[in-house]
Amino acid sequence: MALKIVKGSIDRMFDKNLQDLVRGIRNHKEDEAKYISTCIDEIKQELKQDNIAVKANAVCKLTYLQMLGYDVSWAAFNIVEVMSSSKFTYKRIGYLAASQCFHEGTDVIMLTTNQIRKDLSSPNQYDTGVALTGLSCFVTPDLARDLANDIMTLMSHTKPYIRKKAVLIMYKVFLKYPESLRPAFPRLKEKLEDPDPGVQSAAVNVICELARRNPKNYLSLAPLFFKLMTSSTNNWVLIKIIKLFGALTPLEPRLGKKLIEPLTNLIHSTSAMSLLYECVNTVIAVLISLSSGMPNHSASIQLCVQKLRILIEDSDQNLKYLGLLAMSKILKTHPKSVQSHKDLILQCLDDKDESIRLRALDLLYGMVSKKNLMEIVKKLMLHVDKAEGTTYRDELLTKIIDICSQSNYQYITNFEWYISILVELTRLEGTRHGHLIASQMLDVAIRVKAIRGFAVAQMATLLDNAHLLTGNTQRNGICEVLYAAAWICGEFSEHLEDPMQTLEAMLRPKVATLPGHIQAVYVQNAAKLFATVLQKHEGETDSQAAQETSQLLIDRLPLFVQSANLEVQERASCILQLVKYIQKLQQKNVEVAEEVTALFAGELNPVAPKAQKKVPIPEGLDLDAWINEPPSESESEDEKPKVVFAKEEPKHYRSRHTEVDEKELARRREVRKQEQANNPFYIKASPSSQKVYDAPGVEHIPVVQIDLSVPLKVPGMPMSDQYLKLEEERRQKEKAERKKKEKKKKREKRGKGRKADSGPESEEDITPAHQVDIVTEEMPENALPSDDDDKDPNDPHKALDIDLDKPLADSEKLPVRTHRPEVLKSPAEDRDSKSVPQETKKKSSKEKKEKKKDKEKDRKRSKEEKKKKKKHKEVEEELLESQPEEAVQSEETKEAAAPPTSTSAEEVTAPSSAAAVDTSSAAAPESEPDEPKDTEPEDTKSSKHKKKKQKKEKEEKEKKKKKRHHHHHHHGDAGGEDSVQNGTVEEEEPLPPMSNYSLLAENSYIKMVYDIQGNHQDESKVVVSVIFENKSDSFLKSMEFNVLDSLNSKLQRPEGAGPHDGLTVPFQLPPGVSNEARFVFSVQSIVMPQKLKGTLTFIVKSDESSTHEKLDFKLHFTCTSYLITTPCYSDAYAKLLESGDLKGSSLRLEGINMPFHHLLARICFHHHFSVVERIDSCASMYSRSIQGHHVCLLVKTSDQTVSIDAKCDEPSLLGNVLDEIKQTFSKC
Amino acid sequence: MIKAILIFNNHGKPRLIRFYQYFAEDMQQQIIRETFHLVSKRDDNVCNFLEGIYFTLIYRHYATLYFVFCVDSSESELGILDLIQVFVETLDKCFENVCELDLIFHMDKVHYILQEVVMGGMVLETNMNEIVAQVELQNRMEKSEGGLSGAPARAVSAVKNMNLPEIPRNINIGDINIKVPSLSPF
Repeated sequence: MALKIVKGSIDRMFDKNLQDLVRGIRNHKEDEAKYISTCIDEIKQELKQDNIAVKANAVCKLTYLQMLGYDVSWAAFNIVEVMSSSKFTYKRIGYLAASQCFHEGTDVIMLTTNQIRKDLSSPNQYDTGVALTGLSCFVTPDLARDLANDIMTLMSHTKPYIRKKAVLIMYKVFLKYPESLRPAFPRLKEKLEDPDPGVQSAAVNVICELARRNPKNYLSLAPLFFKLMTSSTNNWVLIKIIKLFGALTPLEPRLGKKLIEPLTNLIHSTSAMSLLYECVNTVIAVLISLSSGMPNHSASIQLCVQKLRILIEDSDQNLKYLGLLAMSKILKTHPKSVQSHKDLILQCLDDKDESIRLRALDLLYGMVSKKNLMEIVKKLMLHVDKAEGTTYRDELLTKIIDICSQSNYQYITNFEWYISILVELTRLEGTRHGHLIASQMLDVAIRVKAIRGFAVAQMATLLDNAHLLTGNTQRNGICEVLYAAAWICGEFSEHLEDPMQTLEAMLRPKVATLPGHIQAVYVQNAAKLFATVLQKHEGETDSQAAQETSQLLIDRLPLFVQSANLEVQERASCILQLVKYIQKLQQKNVEVAEEVTALFAGELNPVAPKAQKKVPIPEGLDLDAWINEPPSESESEDEKPKVVFAKEEPKHYRSRHTEVDEKELARRREVRKQEQANNPFYIKASPSSQKVYDAPGVEHIPVVQIDLSVPLKVPGMPMSDQYLKLEEERRQKEKAERKKKEKKKKREKRGKGRKADSGPESEEDITPAHQVDIVTEEMPENALPSDDDDKDPNDPHKALDIDLDKPLADSEKLPVRTHRPEVLKSPAEDRDSKSVPQETKKKSSKEKKEKKKDKEKDRKRSKEEKKKKKKHKEVEEELLESQPEEAVQSEETKEAAAPPTSTSAEEVTAPSSAAAVDTSSAAAPESEPDEPKDTEPEDTKSSKHKKKKQKKEKEEKEKKKKKRHHHHHHHGDAGGEDSVQNGTVEEEEPLPPMSNYSLLAENSYIKMVYDIQGNHQDESKVVVSVIFENKSDSFLKSMEFNVLDSLNSKLQRPEGAGPHDGLTVPFQLPPGVSNEARFVFSVQSIVMPQKLKGTLTFIVKSDESSTHEKLDFKLHFTCTSYLITTPCYSDAYAKLLESGDLKGSSLRLEGINMPFHHLLARICFHHHFSVVERIDSCASMYSRSIQGHHVCLLVKTSDQTVSIDAKCDEPSLLGNVLDEIKQTFSKC
Repeated sequence: MIKAILIFNNHGKPRLIRFYQYFAEDMQQQIIRETFHLVSKRDDNVCNFLEGIYFTLIYRHYATLYFVFCVDSSESELGILDLIQVFVETLDKCFENVCELDLIFHMDKVHYILQEVVMGGMVLETNMNEIVAQVELQNRMEKSEGGLSGAPARAVSAVKNMNLPEIPRNINIGDINIKVPSLSPF
């Protein structure tokens, strides 16, 4: 009956597939979230089923929910399970889900290495394909390192389908594991000429992507690409290549010259717009790179511009958009050729498509000249009026200001016009850019001295009409301009015609509604105006006016004294008192004007934005030196102060200013001046402005008379238009005059032959309306030449800046799966050892050297940080840091599951291949504190190499020391992680180092330690990992490992070997080196522990002699070693206990004084359990034997007593396990 | 590089999302929302490119669906537009007159098709026949294994007969051909 119900529910759950889920969601529009949460519950149930089809179905549904924004990372492990299904249908679902939700932080990714490797080498091309596709989305540095070699092999697969995928994924591998680039590159290059167009295209794709970031390394491929470009007919490939050339040409102008011709041909011949467009783009890039070199490229420019014009005129908006985009690139170098298409671009401003309008605006920015600026801005002003929608209008406004102010107002010939434009812009309602207009007003008024009079007049009008602007201050940013207006009127009040009136305007009660910072400026500048008024009326016999002014201030200021704004209040109250005092003096007929004016004396000069940054450090100033000797005790605290201060900085500074002596400074100044003189966009300081530094004198700046006959306002017409007209008239007049002169000249020269007619008016011919001297921004003396920003150090492509033309070194081979497992290699170390070949490389190229240094620094810094953290016992962080590694540790069984062990022939290789991959096993041997690290024969070469280096370089030595530190950390981590992995521990003490390796045997030559792990896949096999360490000074070779089989346990020997033959250990040991080998044993019964006797024979070879030696040992198969860490959900666990199939037993441990989480971690680590749940000082744990026995523990602790209640379906197994647990704790 | 491929309908409901750069789920949803916001307010007769917040967006609008490709500067704009066309035509072939419902109920299949077009953010194949052939071979393999549960076919027929007022039925985008002038077939 119960069975029936269960079966029924399974059927129902099974029935609900993706389509049902989608339909359900659509039918529950109102309570979608609730419905989905019930669905997720169902999915959780389904995931617990053993049936892989059910799981796959559930994972498929999760993928859908992921799209809707649900985090499904909790099912990551189930996804891995589905991925490892042997059926393509399920595998594909698994990989799809993984590609959607796995990322570098997903810890179970570590478990997939073997599975993916298996899939990559699958005979079914679609298994491989699916694995490649999935991997491309979630490849991590570890996966990239472990699988690089397999993928590289696939690049030569027989099927083009696989080849092209393998080629593409290499890009991702390079990004994650830059060391693979050089070894893999030759093959990648080969693929450029693959017979299959798809593969070829993929290779081009990858190389283009690489070259885009570091073009200089790929210049040598140019001839090959050139050949491809002229031969290929695949537009995709062509586009990519042409884009690539666009990136290469700036580095090699000769290439550009060669390219022009074929590209022009393509432009003429192709019918594909996409290709045409890219050709034009690249031609533009070529021309930019050649702009100085080749005189005769106007034809190409013309061609490009013509083609672009066609694009822009096309009715297809896309082409129009792209045409404008490309046009803007030409504009940068060849503005003139673009300017002739001004009409077209202005036309685009009327386009209904906003993106096109914005592009056109961008173009206009570069198209203005002295000649057309007014006209263009007039057009834009019209658009401002028409524009609906504030975003576009604001965009227009900023563009107008950008256009006018670009390169220091280079194109403005008439600043009166510009001021009036700014004033007109203030009439825009609801713009956000009030402050922008304000800062322009300030900038112009301060820097263009000649314009001050006009500006002040305009600002006074603005202030007078302030009520128009401040209609609704709250949402109106435009009142910011009043800030500028008030300041300008105050600061340059000497230009005011009627300061009294302006003063009155500034003190109107309405002002109090303005934002505080504006009011503050009002108050302050009212005082300035007051000073001016006083000055004006000083000396007059009738002091009535001056006294009236004082009275005005005294009447109005109290309003501001009451202001809620502190700044306003303070200024107002201060000034009020001052005025009151002045009034008193006035009544006594004392002359005060001079004193009051003195309050505001002095000129303000603009300061360049970078000025502060460029102040050179004075000689002898060492910011890092101690001002006082540090207290003595801190010296003993090793290195601490150094860590506090940035490490390499002091050196840097010191060396810098020892260099910079007077001569050098003078030279630099000279160079800078030279540079500025050659820079057309640099507004040169007039000879006098040099002196601005010493004296604020302004006498030598010619102040031009401004023709104020221009009426300030023309009814019915915005006044800036007036200027346009005037300007035109002026120009006409000038032109006429010039012509007259020319005619005269011509008449004079007639006899000498006809001179060509002067063409259209050139830029230089336009003289500014009035001579304007723009004050340059101040820079500190001795300012250092410009400092460019460095590249983003986090750019992943930086690591790919690798010289590809150098021959490969032996040490650069990709990590290959071998019999020799990679012992003792954490990823960090791996990077270190990889850096050795790089070191040899770097000698040739400087940049690389620098980069390397950076890297080293980074690494050091990170290590130092780690060290610090350790000191501060920030265990948590460390735990997080290395968590993923540990995840594998306990899930190791999963990994071991992968190698195929079906036939006996494979049996020996199987475990060793598992070992090769199993980087996690590194964690365990690492905890042998005295073990040398570089034990891998493959690596011995490089490690020797390293040692040499270390002798030479002190720094290197340091590094090694640190490495060792780091290494030790790792031990701590190993334990700590465990506890996190098993679920519960937060901020608790770090765990002591733990190791499962125990001594097997030892003599004067060799030491063997071993660990036994169950094999998840095969219920009768265990793997014994033995680490052999050579303790002698001689070479150990021909090691043979043999065990006397018992009835129950047998050593797995290769096919054909007799039952008593030994197994050859697949390596030799140089002095001091250790290495690990794995042996598989088949076991029948696992309920009892047992011991096997064995012998290791080996030859000790020293310089003069070689002897045969032998070492006996006893392998102890504990019951623990048959257990496999298996995660278990708490409800499943509860069910298991309820089922009643398990028999109980219990154990009490006295006098255990270690923290509870240590205890749990120890059980987990040494006895392969996982924590199911932990509540305070009570935890349930679970493990499974290789033959499927469930072992459940309930661990409780109360002061030093630990009681363990255990249940298992095999009582003798349980008894033995408990005995072993007891033993573990009795040892410590 | 293609950074992401988003398909959503006129109401902004995602029909397929494929990020080639990692974003957390909430960030993904935000990107979808913002992209939809940018794209949906554009008329059909304006250009198909726009500068998004994170990437350049290249999109096409077919009947009820937006196909948006988020790319960086290394991709050719017109090329990607063509790729979208290839992708949609492939969908049309594989689903036989594809409509939004097909995408809704067969998100997984759409993913499998997309996987043959773009891989890890790079263009894998642009030849439609090749794509269709590979997809069909894989489907055949799945069929020979018995499929996921044999249910999909049933579900589809059930859904297709269902009365769904908010979704216009029989949307045929196969013959809505957005013209890219004189673009030679790749």
